[in-house]
Amino acid sequence: MSERPANVGKPVSRVDGPLKVTGRARYSAEFKTENIAHGMLVMSTIASGRIKSIDTKAAERAPGVLGVITHLNAPRLNFPERTVGPNRVVDDQVGPWVGRSLPVLQSDTIYFNGQPIGIVVSETLEQAEYAATLVEVTYEERPHATSLEAEISRAFPPQEGLMKNSPFGRVADYSRGDPEALSKAEVTSDQTYTIPIEHHNPLELLSTIAQWTGNKLTVHDKTQWVPNTQDHLAMVFNIPVADVHVISQFVGGAFGSALRPWSHPVVAAIAARAFRRPVKLVAMRKQMFTSHGHRPYTVQRVALGASKDGKLTAIVHEGYGQTSLYEENTEALLDATRFLYASPNCITKYRLVRGNIQTPIYMRAPGESSGVFALDSAMDELAYKLKIDPLEFRIRNHSDKDPESGLPWSSKSLLECYRQGAERFGWSRRKMEPRSLRDGRYLVGMGMSSGTYPTLRTPASARARIFEDGTAVVQSSASDIGPGTWTTMKIVGAEALALNLDRVRSELGDSTLPRSGVQGNSMLTASLGSAVLEAGHAARAKVFELVRNDARSPLNGATADQVVFADGRISLKSDPSRGETYADILRRHNLDSIEATVDSSPGDELSKYSMHVFVAQFAEVHIDEELGVWRVARFVTGCGAGRIINERTATTQLTGAVVGGIGQAFTEETVMDHRMGRIVNANLAEYHVPVNADIHNLEAFFVEEVDDKINPLGAKGIGEIGYVGVSSAIANAVFNATGKRIRKLPITLDKLI
Amino acid sequence: MKPFAFTRASNSQTAIQAVIKDQAAKFIAGGTNLVDLMKEDVEQPNHLVDINRLALTRIEEHNGGLRLGALARNSDTANHRLVRERFPLVSQAILSGASAQLRNAATNGGNLMQRTRCYYFYDVAMPCNKRQPGSGCGALEGFNRMHAILGASTQCIAVHPSDMCVALMALDAVIQVEGPEGSRSIPFAEFHRLPGDTPQLDTNLKHGELITAIDLPAAASAFSAHSYYLKIRDRASYAFALVSIAAALEVQNGTIKQARLALGGVAHKPWRAPEAEAVLNGAPLNQETFRRAATAALKKAQGYKYNSFKVELGRRGIVRALTIAAGEGRTA
Amino acid sequence: MEDLRRRDFLKQTALVGGGVILGQQLLTDGSGTLKQALALVPEITAEKIAVRLRVNGANYGLRLDPRVSLLNLLREQLDLTGTKKGCDHGQCGACTVLVDGRRINSCLALAVTYDGAEITTIEGLAKGDQLHPLQSAFIEHEGFQCGYCTSGQICSAVAMLQEVEQGTVSHVTADVRRQGPVELTDDEIRERMSGNVCRCGAYPGIVSAIREVSAAGRSSSI
Repeated sequence: MSERPANVGKPVSRVDGPLKVTGRARYSAEFKTENIAHGMLVMSTIASGRIKSIDTKAAERAPGVLGVITHLNAPRLNFPERTVGPNRVVDDQVGPWVGRSLPVLQSDTIYFNGQPIGIVVSETLEQAEYAATLVEVTYEERPHATSLEAEISRAFPPQEGLMKNSPFGRVADYSRGDPEALSKAEVTSDQTYTIPIEHHNPLELLSTIAQWTGNKLTVHDKTQWVPNTQDHLAMVFNIPVADVHVISQFVGGAFGSALRPWSHPVVAAIAARAFRRPVKLVAMRKQMFTSHGHRPYTVQRVALGASKDGKLTAIVHEGYGQTSLYEENTEALLDATRFLYASPNCITKYRLVRGNIQTPIYMRAPGESSGVFALDSAMDELAYKLKIDPLEFRIRNHSDKDPESGLPWSSKSLLECYRQGAERFGWSRRKMEPRSLRDGRYLVGMGMSSGTYPTLRTPASARARIFEDGTAVVQSSASDIGPGTWTTMKIVGAEALALNLDRVRSELGDSTLPRSGVQGNSMLTASLGSAVLEAGHAARAKVFELVRNDARSPLNGATADQVVFADGRISLKSDPSRGETYADILRRHNLDSIEATVDSSPGDELSKYSMHVFVAQFAEVHIDEELGVWRVARFVTGCGAGRIINERTATTQLTGAVVGGIGQAFTEETVMDHRMGRIVNANLAEYHVPVNADIHNLEAFFVEEVDDKINPLGAKGIGEIGYVGVSSAIANAVFNATGKRIRKLPITLDKLI
Repeated sequence: MKPFAFTRASNSQTAIQAVIKDQAAKFIAGGTNLVDLMKEDVEQPNHLVDINRLALTRIEEHNGGLRLGALARNSDTANHRLVRERFPLVSQAILSGASAQLRNAATNGGNLMQRTRCYYFYDVAMPCNKRQPGSGCGALEGFNRMHAILGASTQCIAVHPSDMCVALMALDAVIQVEGPEGSRSIPFAEFHRLPGDTPQLDTNLKHGELITAIDLPAAASAFSAHSYYLKIRDRASYAFALVSIAAALEVQNGTIKQARLALGGVAHKPWRAPEAEAVLNGAPLNQETFRRAATAALKKAQGYKYNSFKVELGRRGIVRALTIAAGEGRTA
Repeated sequence: MEDLRRRDFLKQTALVGGGVILGQQLLTDGSGTLKQALALVPEITAEKIAVRLRVNGANYGLRLDPRVSLLNLLREQLDLTGTKKGCDHGQCGACTVLVDGRRINSCLALAVTYDGAEITTIEGLAKGDQLHPLQSAFIEHEGFQCGYCTSGQICSAVAMLQEVEQGTVSHVTADVRRQGPVELTDDEIRERMSGNVCRCGAYPGIVSAIREVSAAGRSSSI
């Protein structure tokens, strides 16, 4: 790109790049540990009932085996029931507010197929893997339920919806305007959309190395939130939080799967204590399908009504999501529906259906992508009925303020995203009539979608420390699952400290560092970035404090508003030649370093503004008319996200999300055999994620957007937004190409022939 | 993985002798499928005999055709100058399978010995007559999207996963085998089995018999100008076939002098379609002929709950593959 | 070495022989399935096997449980954790290493079947502090996010460029019959790199990194 919007920072390549391309970045399972033993989980093979007997003798006799731990000999641990209300017990900040974490190895109860029911620990990994197969389990089976559709008559409203001011408030039944608007609409579309279970399938497996020193526990754990794992282990083992040390410096992708501490760190710690050895526990790929949660199976009804001139008059969105027997997991399935388009009348209803499954968990653009798939497919269907260009239809129904809260947007550039996106994409070449464009044997279709994701911020702490050699470090316990937090924190730190980039490094991923917010829900850059910004400002102010009344300093007597910080130096605004460097100041004061730690929290901005990131996405698909073989020839994403800290990593974040969305649209489905309540394709050969050959021209760009309302950084999170509108844009393009409306993902070729 | 004894064999006779002593012994070469299955506890050999040092890697001219060493790697076979020139169908089929890494490790002999990718076969917690005779077929009334539409039995509806074998089936390859009782040749069509009541048996190879070579007959090079392997799958690469088609034509003055047609992803073995070949042989080279051939090939096809689409997909795929083959077998 | 191998061979055949006789006796009882009968055979202890390997230029003489995959050997015994475990079943490519210059999935490779092999892992590509051109290009072109598939991607790309130099064809090559140089189009790169899954979706960066190194004619040698 020749010109770069003013809000975009200078591109910086990843600071962890050299470590990653040389294989020297160590992920959780890769820390060399003396005397380490290897664990392997035993998983249930029924979906419901109880363990009648569990015979571990053969496994215990197998060569190299140290022992087997099951519910029969595991220590009783503390898995508190969470409750709705002010006295909420927090063992896991990300887990649902209703229910409790899977009480692993605490009883004979089987909640789902593939539930961890034991761990075998051996001298070598090969011995552990084999011995785990020797554990003989008999069960008393009870009837199970794994199909949402079969159980839909037992759907119930989530308890979370009853709570006031909960972050899950939007699962409560909602209605604005005329509840009968749909029946009065001139033109309507009323359809059902289905999204199957999807799994994150990050390339790195769930991994823990656990080690006890007396009553203190150290774990290397794959997690998106170091403090959450720390808190959870402290509560489960009933030890002080300070006695749990969690390290997670590099995370090999997670996409939501490592938001919660699942059973792995707990079971590894149980084993490490029992055998008085460090224990490494790594999930097998097949175990990843039940060791952590998944994007829940959802069925959604979206009914839209509009006037003949293309103004929305009614939106009805009912969502059914699956959850486990022991927790109520909800997600933002219906949130966007309330504000993405302007409609005076809107009804949403969220229901849960229990099943013998692991508790679902947020997966990249959780809720929003599922909800927007339904909503923006419906928008396309209605546009066809109205004979209005789908882009024009969306523009006509643009919401100029938040129709739910009535609040103004902190910023919103969706119209500009539409305009620039359409231009770059060549939307004008699209023909409304399906099956109008061809490329040889391929039908060519174009479709588009809007997308949105909340701009949120959580409390986070950071430390900035300036050294006497003029370098500095910014620190936090945050983990970096791939978006480039190592890099962005360095950039923000350098800016805050007014130091050259090469003088600043970042340190992350260790619970002994200041407590970070979660890397998830597109919040970390805003939360931690704000903390780093404030910590940097505080640290340099402390340096200035040293010289304000220092007769030896050329800055003696200056006030804060009389000086500028630049390039590691403090100088007078009025006479830049009068000043000195941080290094000189620290040396003169015989200080090795000076530091500031800041706890940063959101203010009241959420009560004044509606804060969201928006996206417009355009897809061109080619569908082999006879064989149904698909190809996404081009995909354009335009995004308004406030200040972009690092354009290079931010753009990759968007295109990477599009690749994930292409998977959701065309290939990804976790298939359950409901007869056994067991997943049949728990592997990467039959759970198809996109490969390189599936991906062609992806273009992503940021429109100019300045937002000083959201957080000190002015940056909106972008981890999810690139994913939100992909499957809807593609499904709409598939309709434009073929005339076939696919309402059940994924759009595999058998649905197109 | 269950413990096993391991020996390295230096020639085929010692390898065969080592395996023959133990019903639960197996040869191992590239290991890309066997090790995978051992990790799943589907295969539990007591003893692995490593045959990688055997001198069976050559690809050479033989009786006017080609002899492909059983231990030649799939990638070397696909890229061998003579294979590409005379039997491009074989190159295409191999290159459409798996990934470059797997093709570098997998051998020609091992490719023939691949076992089904059926979900129920792979999961020891599920019923499967192939893995555990008498335990039932999980797929028959389960999730059977990948499964057979031809030649299945009530015992098993699994499909053979190989691409290369579909091309070999079309070209009448012959498999050379060495065993405790000497050598024998097995016509390709007689190598793999239909499930019937013995789905646990994939092939007609006897225990201790070692594949030494695959012969591509001279006559099959007549198709080099007009052949094509079409693979239809759920993503553009690195996925098993839903349906695949090996089409080979010999064309003379706008007429099909002779034709070969085999299908993958549809049956327990690579599926030859003689009914379709009968339609094609001597017929004019046009779409109408191809459509009639496609109908003939799938006349007896029967779909199950999740895979009925394969019948129509197969028909369309046959027409497409024949159309491309009738051109010059080029995709672009 | 020959002697050692023969001794091993004799030891193991003797051991296995004993087990089999017992197994056959049980089978003739007609009581139970083959699987049950074999389960009663005394445990075959996996005797350790001698293996010599050269890894990134260093020689190793090892005695290994034959179950040990090349991947587990590298990660768990040699502390070469740059090679990643993503699926352990040849379905993701994260474990790709070069064996005698060719790329394979180390997870499906029993280490004992690679006696005498020369192995290059991601740790062996850079010359001191000087990164391999593909390593630099992956940083420059955003060929990764989380970095977990990166080792496999880069090893795969190193071998892939050599394969192209050798004139190998791929699934998307228009005519496999035509000999001679292959034009490395983006579609060729994509197909040839499809054995390496990147879940972060950095494929566009991976393709442009490889394209640049190839176009610059920079050495793809290791």
